[in-house]
Amino acid sequence: MSKVEPGRVREDEHLIVEGMDISGHWNRMFEQRVLWSHDTGPLEKLTAITGAESLAYCYQCGKCTSACPVDSVGSYSPRKIFRKVQTGTDLLTNPDLWLCTTCANCLRVCPKEVNMISIMPALREVAVTEANVPPELQKAFENTFQHGNPLGEPARKRADWVAEAGAPATILPRERRPVDVLFYVECYWSYHPRGRDAARAFARVMEKLGVDWGILGPEEKCSCDSQRLAGERGLFEMLAEQNIRTLAKYEFSRMVTSDPHAYNALRNEYPKLGAEYPIQHYTQFLAPLMGQLPWKRRLDYKVTFHDPCYLGRHNGEYDAPREMIRQIPGLQFTEMFRCKANGYCCGGGGGGMWLDSFTGNHVTERLSERRVREAVETGAEMLVVCCPYEVSRFEDAVKSTGNEGRLLVRDVIELVDEALR
Amino acid sequence: MHIAVVVKQVPDLVEELEVDAAGTGLDRAWVKMKLNEFDDHALEQAVLLKEAGGAQVSVVALDGEGIDQVLYAAVARGADRALKVDAGTQEPLDSRRAATALAGAIRDLGPDLVLTGVQAADDLFGQMAPFLAAELGWPHVSVVSQVEVAGAAVRVQQEYAGGRMATLEVDLPAVIGVQAAPQPPRYVPVSRLRQAMASGALETATAGAGAGTGGAAVTQLAKPEAGRGAEMLTGSPDQVAEKIEALLRERGLLRG
Ligand code: SF4
Ligand code: SF4
Repeated sequence: MSKVEPGRVREDEHLIVEGMDISGHWNRMFEQRVLWSHDTGPLEKLTAITGAESLAYCYQCGKCTSACPVDSVGSYSPRKIFRKVQTGTDLLTNPDLWLCTTCANCLRVCPKEVNMISIMPALREVAVTEANVPPELQKAFENTFQHGNPLGEPARKRADWVAEAGAPATILPRERRPVDVLFYVECYWSYHPRGRDAARAFARVMEKLGVDWGILGPEEKCSCDSQRLAGERGLFEMLAEQNIRTLAKYEFSRMVTSDPHAYNALRNEYPKLGAEYPIQHYTQFLAPLMGQLPWKRRLDYKVTFHDPCYLGRHNGEYDAPREMIRQIPGLQFTEMFRCKANGYCCGGGGGGMWLDSFTGNHVTERLSERRVREAVETGAEMLVVCCPYEVSRFEDAVKSTGNEGRLLVRDVIELVDEALR
Repeated sequence: MHIAVVVKQVPDLVEELEVDAAGTGLDRAWVKMKLNEFDDHALEQAVLLKEAGGAQVSVVALDGEGIDQVLYAAVARGADRALKVDAGTQEPLDSRRAATALAGAIRDLGPDLVLTGVQAADDLFGQMAPFLAAELGWPHVSVVSQVEVAGAAVRVQQEYAGGRMATLEVDLPAVIGVQAAPQPPRYVPVSRLRQAMASGALETATAGAGAGTGGAAVTQLAKPEAGRGAEMLTGSPDQVAEKIEALLRERGLLRG
């Protein structure tokens, strides 16, 4: 128990701080705000955890609350989390521990750099170590551990999508040779039916561009970034080590991936483990090549676009997907009011992908549902995405919000492919 | 209290299973193995007993491909010791032969209580616990969903058809076939698993003479044949009800 005794508030008529004359009645703001109504022990316990220190910096300005996507469908934000912990909530056993999608919109506006992208994984790791994990998420962790993907699909089927692509993809473990581009397919493009649609479209576009590329096939494993953010750091490290060993076996000059989460891992996290790769998201790779494509068809669709948090806010790429949309013949593009740096979140990040029912009990609607409504409001008939989590999330949300027939969801690569046929 | 938990691996049903060329077993080339889920519950029950009253938990398995990781995971979950028994083969044994192969090592270990899964996906007879008990000459209860220590005995909840439960007291030492632990098996964080693997603390034992004999020989293994498909009854609810009644009568399933 570390109850802080009320300090004496001092107001100096004349006060010079660091050479600055701040005389006046408002200078008492520089006194520590004394908290005596609550035990600060629980907060101090959390902020003592490595990675979670910055939670202590919050001064309750409230800017994050209006930025937090979860707050728009519930009651959430770093400010609220801070206050709850300060007034006695044990966050490590509270559902709030799992609601943050690590979308980073709060960090963008926080004057004190309270960093949920660091706080949440650190606290969740403690909960995971105490085996306190929501069952859905536990299943995703176990699947990733056992099969190398959170969907629990067999590893040997990872490259099965290639068969029906109608365009070649070199599966490097079967056909060993140096390639220009190593394409890191990731789990949802490898296994999810809608992800496979996009993967096949990608293969066809690569063929049209004449790129020399290959994939790791059954040897590829989940990059594990979302599992890391959901608190399973050990799992992330284990799979990262395996992936790094696998990648070392093959020769390639650059890497491209379908998934902003894999992009984030390979760009920002794997280097911390000593492995650096020239990695691009596929929109970054393709945007400059769009001019070389032999367009066959105009696509007269009204479209809008959803920025993936881990491509946009986390890695600063807003232009590449927009440039692709701009160059596909015929598309009429409208932005949603929340876009780019202030883009909304689909709810899939930070483990949210595997917490749908859990989260559903604590919010009024899913983030993906809110986002689908926003897309419909623009008058668009198609929501364009470029993250493998999003097609299925948004298609489900189109159904659950009764917008079937009004809004289609397409990966941008599917539109490129369509315009080439 | 010293608890031994007997575990084994079963084929992971994520993979499509194929019958081997001989027609008597699974084609193991692509089979991925995982811990039998009932054994997982037995282990959870043991760890719960340890947490409740301070038992020592030893996990025991026959040697075989991938078994090390299963044992390390058990240590990460809370087992104090892990024992790998070499029965002279890496091939999976049926329950009868596994029980004879394990009995000696378990006797040497000297536990007060043996817990194992009530059954396994590749052996639905549920005979592992009774065979082990017979080998050891100890009492046995199966289809148990809760175990509590009661002095020199354990009190167990045994499940019957129709949702009935019995509470039984069994003198120790005893063998219990666990259907379900009172709570789902807890998550094993990978960091802890890796710690366990780094510690490398697996013990080994050799199955005694006569181990791994007996048992049933599989003469044929085949995929179930698909039925002819369902017959859909159409019409108003009353008409459908009449048709159902007629069908049941026709097949001699209704009296009177
Ligand atoms: S924006 Fe930062 S300082 Fe302000 S309330 Fe939110 S977390 Fe606290
Ligand atoms: S990272 Fe996103 S979801 Fe998490 S608290 Fe910040 S704004 Fe909310």
